[in-house]
Amino acid sequence: MHDVVRRSALPGRSQSSHDKMARGLGYFSLALGIAELVAPGAICRAAGVKGLETVVRGYGAREIATGIAILGSHDPEPWIWTRVAGDLADIATVATGVQQDNQSKGRSTLALATLAAVTLIDLACANGLNAEKGNRKTAIRDYSRRSGFPKGLQAASGAARDFQIPDDMRTPELLRPWDRGGGKA
Amino acid sequence: MKALVWHGTTDIRCDSVPDPSIEHERDAIIKVTSCAICGSDLHLYDHFMPGMKSGDVMGHETMGEIVEVGPAARKSLKVGDRVVIPFTIICGECEQCRRGNFSVCETTNRNKDLADKAFGHTTAGLFGYTHLTGGYPGGQAEYLRVPFADATHIKVPDGIPDEKLLFLSDIFPTGWQAAVQCDIQPTDTVAIWGCGPVGQMTIRSAVLLGARQVIAIDRLPERLSMAKAGGAIMINFEEENVVERLNELTGGKGPEKCIDAVGLEAHATGSVDSMYDRAKQAMMLETDRPHVLREMMYVCRPAGILSIPGVYGGLLDKIPLGAVMNKGLTIRTGQTHVNRWTDDLLNRVLENQIDPSFVITHTEPLERGPEMYKTFRDKQDGCIKVVLKPGMNGGLHA
Ligand SMILES: NC(=O)c1ccc[n+]([C@@H]2O[C@H](COP(=O)([O-])OP(=O)(O)OC[C@H]3O[C@@H](n4cnc5c(N)ncnc54)[C@H](O)[C@@H]3O)[C@@H](O)[C@H]2O)c1
Ligand SMILES: [Zn+2]
Ligand SMILES: [Zn+2]
Repeated sequence: MHDVVRRSALPGRSQSSHDKMARGLGYFSLALGIAELVAPGAICRAAGVKGLETVVRGYGAREIATGIAILGSHDPEPWIWTRVAGDLADIATVATGVQQDNQSKGRSTLALATLAAVTLIDLACANGLNAEKGNRKTAIRDYSRRSGFPKGLQAASGAARDFQIPDDMRTPELLRPWDRGGGKA
Repeated sequence: MKALVWHGTTDIRCDSVPDPSIEHERDAIIKVTSCAICGSDLHLYDHFMPGMKSGDVMGHETMGEIVEVGPAARKSLKVGDRVVIPFTIICGECEQCRRGNFSVCETTNRNKDLADKAFGHTTAGLFGYTHLTGGYPGGQAEYLRVPFADATHIKVPDGIPDEKLLFLSDIFPTGWQAAVQCDIQPTDTVAIWGCGPVGQMTIRSAVLLGARQVIAIDRLPERLSMAKAGGAIMINFEEENVVERLNELTGGKGPEKCIDAVGLEAHATGSVDSMYDRAKQAMMLETDRPHVLREMMYVCRPAGILSIPGVYGGLLDKIPLGAVMNKGLTIRTGQTHVNRWTDDLLNRVLENQIDPSFVITHTEPLERGPEMYKTFRDKQDGCIKVVLKPGMNGGLHA
């Protein structure tokens, strides 16, 4: 059969692979955010930067908020873009905080590479979600012949005028200013 | 059997679940031949309505054939009967049912205490629609257990396609009640917000009931074109100022009757109140986005009627009750009392006064249901109404 619907969803699911990816990123945000909040020192050491514990705590709060938003919203796309922006802030922070000793440099390089990879995943997810929204313009259909009245609109107009409106849904005669010239029948 | 199962926000899957069986003597089991996705299902899919649990079976617009009947339902049903199942589960005996107020049946909600807490007093049990209304498994499935089946059914004759009958379960009587409770007079202008399936049925009902002028408001061109086909004047709220246009079309006095067929997920392009709602909704300080309600209350003619079939779930902010009170507006709302209208509406279908199948744009096998939720929610591919058929191969469009 001629297939015109965008088949972005996984078989038997309402969600696409990008929706699933977004959820994964949501949980990732939560986990990372909690780590940044409770152990900013360890995170700084792993990234080879110093003295940025307060900044990292702030980023932790950001990650948690983004994670909650991704998991709770029915359209995660804007929040994935928020993650992309956050990735860039992370990269900038590590890049400016690099220490001069070799061990730290090595760690920072690894951290930057990891962040770059995560950014690419976020970008792929955000772009994928965006593409799935589809191009409405190409999908507009013409329903201008679907009146729903087999005998035509003319015949239908007022065809049920004799329908007895139940008492509980009738407006009392006195309150019908629009009807019989002010209420007096 | 296969069924569409809710797993979380925007996560619906076609899963294998146990077949239903008779649990109570008033039950019946039907083999589903057709079911549909409703705008109300989208509130669950997007998870704006509280009270869903992972594993719940979706769906409340269903028809099929009786395959099993409990002993106490045999007086009105037998195996082989063709039935449409109303989305409201009704006992047919309580004080509300006897008055025809079926959607607030006092007996069928098996989670009464939850509903008592949320709404003050319980309402009817509903199929596939949150634990606040009983947590009953829904009909987007191969089989459906119908509780209180001796009352909860609409018998339909053979020889007419499902497509013409299925919507007796919900959207057709919903559109009808929305228009009927406006008490339409031949001089009335009826303005209808929302040209989704409910809006489309409301437009047809208002035309049949003889409104002088029917005005339909939406932003999607394909939905507006279908509204126009049904006899409505179109307003695209993204291109025109709704209040100005409505006043223009009514000699500056506003429409006598206003109908909200949109509900709690209303869009509003760049208006201050909509940004306010979205922010508050995100912070969980407000559950619904009542942009349409505000607009109606404001533009409605004094002494007019506001009819609200659109679904709201909880607490709403910045409602101009001053306008409602001072203009003396009447508000009528509610889940639809389906069985109150269906005998009459079935006759209108049989007499060819109306053919509700006009609204169907997609027919798909049940297995594709989850994807169709997304297509319907995002209005892709010109989608207005999706019908799902267990056991069907391939798919049909428009
Ligand atoms: N009372 C009942 O018993 C009952 C039964 C069925 C459905 N409903 C409710 O009716 C509503 C509509 O259902 P549907 O199936 O047609 O859903 P739908 O989502 O397909 O339709 C809603 C339409 O409203 C339009 N819309 C959004 N914002 C708008 C605005 N500001 N102004 C005008 N139009 C706007 C959308 O573009 C869309 O076309 C939902 O809230 C649904 O839950 C109630
Ligand atoms: Zn519905
Ligand atoms: Zn009852």
